[in-house]
Amino acid sequence: MFRMSYKKQRIAILFGFLTVPVLLCLTFSFYPAFSMLAYSFTDWSGVGWDMKWVGFANYAEIFSRPDIFGTFKNNAYYFVGGLVQTAVALYFAVILSGRLKGRNFFRASLFLPYVLHGTAIVIMFRALYHAEYGSLNLLLGEVGLAGWQRMWLGDPALVNVSLAFISVWKYMGLNMVIFIGALQSIPHDYYEAAKIDGASSWQTFRFVTFPSIRRVVELMMILTLTGALEAFEIPYIMMLGANDTSTFVISTLDMAFKFQKAGLASAMAIVLLIMVVLVIAAQRKLLFREEK
Amino acid sequence: MVRTPAWIRALQYATLIVGLFIVFFPIYSVFVGSFKTQVEYYQSGLRLPESFLNFDNFAKVYEVGKLGLGFKNILIILVVAVAGNVLLGTMTAYALGRFEFKLRKPIMGMYLIAQIIPAITTQVATFSVIQALGAYNRLSAPILLYIGADVLQIVIYLQYINSIPKDLDESAMIEGASLFRIYRSIIFPLLGPATATLVILKTIQIYNDFYTPYLYMPSQKLRVVSTAIYSFVGPNAAQINVISAGILLIFIPTVVVFLFMQRYIFSGVTSGAVK
Repeated sequence: MFRMSYKKQRIAILFGFLTVPVLLCLTFSFYPAFSMLAYSFTDWSGVGWDMKWVGFANYAEIFSRPDIFGTFKNNAYYFVGGLVQTAVALYFAVILSGRLKGRNFFRASLFLPYVLHGTAIVIMFRALYHAEYGSLNLLLGEVGLAGWQRMWLGDPALVNVSLAFISVWKYMGLNMVIFIGALQSIPHDYYEAAKIDGASSWQTFRFVTFPSIRRVVELMMILTLTGALEAFEIPYIMMLGANDTSTFVISTLDMAFKFQKAGLASAMAIVLLIMVVLVIAAQRKLLFREEK
Repeated sequence: MVRTPAWIRALQYATLIVGLFIVFFPIYSVFVGSFKTQVEYYQSGLRLPESFLNFDNFAKVYEVGKLGLGFKNILIILVVAVAGNVLLGTMTAYALGRFEFKLRKPIMGMYLIAQIIPAITTQVATFSVIQALGAYNRLSAPILLYIGADVLQIVIYLQYINSIPKDLDESAMIEGASLFRIYRSIIFPLLGPATATLVILKTIQIYNDFYTPYLYMPSQKLRVVSTAIYSFVGPNAAQINVISAGILLIFIPTVVVFLFMQRYIFSGVTSGAVK
């Protein structure tokens, strides 16, 4: 290599440095996506390679079977949870960006759940929500709110709320830290100017802070929406999707690996993929319109 | 900032304390639970355990849950995947950041599009790729899936590379250094801070991942931490006090990393998301 001209070295570096990364990206992102598209038009079982072309039959089945498409209802809980989470995160970010005693301690503590092990967290909440021995009901009893005790995982009206709360618990701190980063990048002069104009703290937030972090808020909305569409781990680890907690991804994976209907599962995955892409595309469009 | 009235300050502290309580209450309850005997667990409610020296639960969960095996396997995966990530990420960023060539834009575009495809949605097809490669039920399956640099990594590395003056490369070239030498002796070391952040974030992400090992390594011998603790919630679930000990043991490594590396983690999270 040392004898080569820089021109040849350049070619060697480009080939040597990019071949493996590009191959990995193609093999594990693009190839699966395209082959899913192909499988989605077949009746493939996922075992062996026998498959028949069935056209749009799988897609028709998804939209006509309420037990498949209806699972999106459960994803909605995670979306609402995500909205609450974003609002709370923004609130904490704003107060923790000001001068406040112990703010580093508060930041680190509220962020802590994000670094904790996801599976262990779900199992921790399983113990916490236990109807009889769970700490949550015990706590409610101790503070004289025994009337509020519930079967957090047994009550069909509550179970999805209990599960979505775990997600809020885990990810609020992450959103908060992202907001804090955005808030710190706002030039200090803006606040000086607002102060000189005699703006109240609410007015300062409304006319200085919020417009400056709008893009981050929008980004967070996308992540909330796509995250809610992809919700899977919490309900799966907690109860394998039982008691009407199955989300769309759980039914997709069940369809593929439990019921051996890889063709139908592929069509479901493509539907989900299209929804995610639409969300992102809509966001792009909104952003571009604004810049004009 | 505008001066805040005292009662608003008080309100802010009150909400922060509520927030802390919500964060720490579940952790507190597994913490005290893990030191209790089974009978004690069901009788003592939220109170502190009789003894903080009762390590029976920890010993039991470590042995029965094969947590040692889980820690060992995840460590192997982490070392190989994260090292590969750093290597491939810096290499890609060097090639894309320092050279103009025809495929530059298409490759960047490819990474961006790949970012949009959520991995969880394409598992059915990824599964057959892993099987075809003969990686199914081996440690190489998660390694292969984790090792590819993602767009976030490349964007962060590219930002850093762009802030390294090109004069450095040029003066090295005048001294006769090869392009590879420039990568190895100038670019790679100067990317150090970005690497530190990415190593931590990737480590947390891989350590936390559940579905990759669950789907691709069902073998008992290939348990990682996630699948080891998950096996505890099955039909032959152990007592809650024993599980609590397991949860606590699993929490410890990342908490330690977090306490020492807070600065890097926070800067990584913010630069990764906003830009």
